[in-house]
Amino acid sequence: MDWGNLTQQLINGLSLGAIYALIALGYTMVYGVLRFINFAHGDVFMIGAFAGLYVHRWLKPFFHGMPEFVSACVVLLLSMCVCAALGILIEKLAYKPLRQRSRLTALITAIGVSLLLSYGAQLLFGAAPKGFPQLIKNETHDLPGAVSITTEQIVVLVATLLLLVSLRFIVQKTRMGLAMRALSNNPTAASLMGVNTDAVISFTFGLGSALAAAAGIFFAMLYQAIDPFMGILPGIKAFVAAVLGGIGNIAGAALGGLLIGLMETLVVGYSKNIGIPPGFRDAVAFVILILILMFKPAGLLGKSEREKV
Amino acid sequence: MLEIRNLHVSYGGIAALHGISLEVPAGSIVTLIGGNGAGKSSTLRAISGIAKVSSGSIVFEGRDITNKPAHEIVALGIAQAPEGRMVFSNLTVLENLHMGAHLRRDRNAISSDLERIFTLFPRLKERLPQAAGTLSGGEQQMLAIARALMSKPKCLLLDEPSLGIAPILVQTIFSRIVEINRELGYTILLVEQNANLALRIASHGYVLETGRVVLNDTAENLRSNPTVRSAYLGEGASDTA
Ligand SMILES: Nc1ncnc2c1ncn2[C@@H]1O[C@H](COP(=O)(O)OP(=O)(O)OP(=O)(O)O)[C@@H](O)[C@H]1O
Ligand SMILES: [Mg+2]
Repeated sequence: MDWGNLTQQLINGLSLGAIYALIALGYTMVYGVLRFINFAHGDVFMIGAFAGLYVHRWLKPFFHGMPEFVSACVVLLLSMCVCAALGILIEKLAYKPLRQRSRLTALITAIGVSLLLSYGAQLLFGAAPKGFPQLIKNETHDLPGAVSITTEQIVVLVATLLLLVSLRFIVQKTRMGLAMRALSNNPTAASLMGVNTDAVISFTFGLGSALAAAAGIFFAMLYQAIDPFMGILPGIKAFVAAVLGGIGNIAGAALGGLLIGLMETLVVGYSKNIGIPPGFRDAVAFVILILILMFKPAGLLGKSEREKV
Repeated sequence: MLEIRNLHVSYGGIAALHGISLEVPAGSIVTLIGGNGAGKSSTLRAISGIAKVSSGSIVFEGRDITNKPAHEIVALGIAQAPEGRMVFSNLTVLENLHMGAHLRRDRNAISSDLERIFTLFPRLKERLPQAAGTLSGGEQQMLAIARALMSKPKCLLLDEPSLGIAPILVQTIFSRIVEINRELGYTILLVEQNANLALRIASHGYVLETGRVVLNDTAENLRSNPTVRSAYLGEGASDTA
């Protein structure tokens, strides 16, 4: 057994998994408050990456002489704000008018919004992949045992951890977070407590979209190229991650994302040993989806369905 | 304090309330009794803004609140402990109580109100960190009432607080309701199928049948009314002779 290689795979897998986790949180939180899968969420992730590119391009003159760490944070936070606004707008314009309709209507609308965003982005930014700037000087750090980690991987892992801790604080300790959990648990009772349902739903879309933007920027940092259709596969895999963790369960989404990232990376890293061609990496998530739906439809941390109408 | 005039509510074209009128004076307990499907819960849901009113009006402290959004009605001072309790089962007892105070900003007053609630329902204090879904039915009912009180309402709507609860706990809960009214000064509109209990603590009662008020009198008169006795107090016609 080559422990060095395994450690290397785990580092790579966790970095990818962190990105899936951040996207999965948006799916699961929106599902929690609306019982609805926002299939346009992967495209918000894509817009987040483009927002990062353009914010960086436009603000470059101001970044002169600023530490890289600060300018990278500015790019990240502004892109998160852009996507939060986009998420809130999508909900207001596309989903809210259909809230009393069947779920199928909302689902089809979400697919429409998804196509609108990706083709809209193609129109605006062109179909060809664009290079993503190095927000932070990337170096490779050697660890013991022929293992290495890049600065970007460290940034992604640390930033994701910080975002998850902040999210946990918001959801567990703030008034808005409590209202979110109450709404997800029993919408009628939440209204009877004076919860402004529309405000909480907007907040949830904003929060989930901001996390997706962060994921988009981290993804772009690791892969250095972005394009209008980059959201499709990570979006679907993150959706699987949310289902794996137990849709509606916030800790589950984070766990599911990390697991999917790890498994995907391990399949590629050990493709020779296990006899699966590396090209099958994208199938990993789907195989997992089928297995969960067969054996544990409620997901790893989900309770058996307590659907509220 | 609360006045309902000619209220109509229907669900998907089927009428549930055919024009009911009632009045809840400040400081009183008024009860609404009637059998299954009479429209008691629909009345409370309409007052709280979670059922749509098709015609008629609901006036609270001189202000028309008909079809206002639910959260605005809570803000104006009407809280409800709904039928079936509807506690937030995944949230802790303490979080449920904080949800009751969702619209309040006065943190200090909230903690002193919590203490007052614990003297009213000491059992809740022992179970603060527990998920509300793990409470017994009676405890959940106490929590639902306590949670409604946490919003500091002017008017409290209670929907069948005795439903599915052991008789011994029902006694406790009803004496707490009296205390909430007499000592804490809350105005209460109480919906009950257990007419016997309800008419004992209320000052005025309305009898609802298939979406209409069929009787309306002081609780005392209703208790001795032969129709009420035979239909709602579980006594044979011979007893009333
Ligand atoms: N959500 C709904 N959709 C359709 N019909 C409804 C709905 N809620 C109530 N109804 C109907 O409205 C009528 C009045 O119901 P309501 O719940 O107000 O009665 P209730 O007096 O509270 O009865 P119970 O004592 O059984 O709780 C009933 O015929 C019921 O079937
Ligand atoms: Mg009822």
